[in-house]
Amino acid sequence: MAPSGASAAAKPQAWGEHLSATAVRRAGFDPALLLVVPAALFMLLLFVYPFVYGLVLSFEPKEGGALANYHHFFTSNRLWPTIGTTLKLAMPATLINVFVALPIAYRMRQPSPWRRTMTALLVVPITLGTVLIAEGMLTYFGPKGWLSQFLQAAHLYDGAIRLTHNYWGVLISLVVSGFPFAFLLILSYITGIDPVLARAASTLGADSRAQFRYIYLPLLAPGLAMCFCLAFVQAFSVFPSAVLLGAPAGPTRVISIAAYEAAFEQYDYSLASAIAMLMGFVQLLIVAFVLSLRGWFYKGPVGGGKG
Amino acid sequence: MKHDFNELRLEGVTRRFAGVGGNAFNALSELNLTVRRGEFIALLGPSGCGKSTALNCIAGLLALSGGTIRLDDMRIDTLPPERRGFGMVFQNYALFPHMSVAKNVGFGLKMRGVPASQIAPRVTQALKLVQLAGQEHKLPGQLSGGQQQRVAIARAIVIEPPLILMDEPLSNLDAKLRLETRSEIRRIHRELGRATIYVTHDQDEALSLADRIVVMKDGVVQQVGTPEEVYAEPANLHVARFMGYRNVIELPVEGERDGRVTLASGDIRLSGVRKLPLSGTHAMVAIRPEEISLAAPGAHANVIAGRVDNVEYGGRDSLLEIVTPNGTRLHVRAPGRFDAGASVFVHVPPERALVYPQEVH
Repeated sequence: MAPSGASAAAKPQAWGEHLSATAVRRAGFDPALLLVVPAALFMLLLFVYPFVYGLVLSFEPKEGGALANYHHFFTSNRLWPTIGTTLKLAMPATLINVFVALPIAYRMRQPSPWRRTMTALLVVPITLGTVLIAEGMLTYFGPKGWLSQFLQAAHLYDGAIRLTHNYWGVLISLVVSGFPFAFLLILSYITGIDPVLARAASTLGADSRAQFRYIYLPLLAPGLAMCFCLAFVQAFSVFPSAVLLGAPAGPTRVISIAAYEAAFEQYDYSLASAIAMLMGFVQLLIVAFVLSLRGWFYKGPVGGGKG
Repeated sequence: MKHDFNELRLEGVTRRFAGVGGNAFNALSELNLTVRRGEFIALLGPSGCGKSTALNCIAGLLALSGGTIRLDDMRIDTLPPERRGFGMVFQNYALFPHMSVAKNVGFGLKMRGVPASQIAPRVTQALKLVQLAGQEHKLPGQLSGGQQQRVAIARAIVIEPPLILMDEPLSNLDAKLRLETRSEIRRIHRELGRATIYVTHDQDEALSLADRIVVMKDGVVQQVGTPEEVYAEPANLHVARFMGYRNVIELPVEGERDGRVTLASGDIRLSGVRKLPLSGTHAMVAIRPEEISLAAPGAHANVIAGRVDNVEYGGRDSLLEIVTPNGTRLHVRAPGRFDAGASVFVHVPPERALVYPQEVH
């Protein structure tokens, strides 16, 4: 005991620090944690409770057993194809948004007056909202719209132009509303990558393409996956433009329309809940798949060293 | 891309930047410099003096606003950095965070299309040179700052560049590591014999590493010379201040003969060596603290009386701040221990008191 007592006496300060650190750990409670309570309550009341309520409701159908709603969904020709219809819209829209935004954002990685103009222009569709975009598109892309009139007046294309009230109308609107979101998100990821890395690569012989492939793309991959997920979830829950710009009775009868009809036309909240749960499940599946791909990539900080 | 050269010639290299409110300014004006094969050049100056701008212009990371850069007879200032093939070491290392040490070091070889079977042995050899053998599979984030900088050096030299550029490579390291890495850089330069241009704001680094030093201020070269020349014979007052001539005193000129100038004012009477033609009634004298010595009491030539005002203990010696009765302050490095308030006499060797013309304000 004597040696340890002597060393403790020799280093009173270190010993004291050690004591206070264990004391905090033993107590195991940091009052600052209480700051989490409002947010936790908020999540509980506005997210967890409605979700659980809907989940339970979906297992309490108007008639039949607990799984009757799900059974009905997958056997009804009016319901289960909506998953495919929605995917057919959401997937291409997401892919276009992410992979068109990527090269443009890459070109704009250096600050310039252009970037400010472009960013300002792109924020506009985000603030407008889908309904206003649909309104505008109806007058612009419609059979008697400006685009059609211009193409015919210029004799560039004389056939009938059908870009509204069908699949293409909805796809275009998903791109218009989703592209700025994807672009701004990717731009912020790209500008977060230290440009000195690309310069280092260039002194080592990497041209612009190689810099993108070996430096930017691997460092962006986790961000791209995240952007893909957010853009996909946004596109998958398409509703207003599928009604206003699409053919809601046929080719663009997306899953949210099916849920809406069940809830507000058939007043079957239980079935509507089941459809909403399935919608969430499909989204979750895709998101989980894409995020699991992130495990293949480097996920650490994107700086070049201590700065 | 060449593997070696005889001369890198910079002629009138100028870089202008757009300043605030459309006031363009020259970050670098009319830099003329010839770097010979195997030479170690240090660009030295305070921050904002244009030394990093010069390095980036040579690397190709900044376009020139004027002038030319030639590697022997080949004009290179119009080539993009990836076609110049110079190795560069950055201040913050700029290691690729998603690649292992081996991949980082091998990157330049891969870009040059070297087969993978030849990359591995060359990477191993380069890592051995910077004493990092066995760390191949770590990510940069798992290494210490000093190790990261050595990986960056290995990455720059493995491509066997004709010229190695270093942009303040030691300024992010702590004092001890800085000294170690400095000797390492010196050793690597001796072993490889590659021409190196090294940017620093630390005169000790420049003096200890370089064959020639280029001292810069406000984008203009002030002096180009060997470490001995720049240390002992600063071309002007800016260089003198930067090279550690901490005592710069303005005094009236009493007389001048054979390059010896006598300056006198009240309690100070000094004679020194004229370094530049004088104009006006006053001149500036520059003296290093370590070249002033303590003297016996009495009124001899170049002896100044004063009182110790402040003492900084420095191990083998102390840095004293001495105030003369008229209030002139002198920094003196002297062996032994001193107490503040003591009266002392100091002697300034006339050949080490450098006299420059008065500064124009």
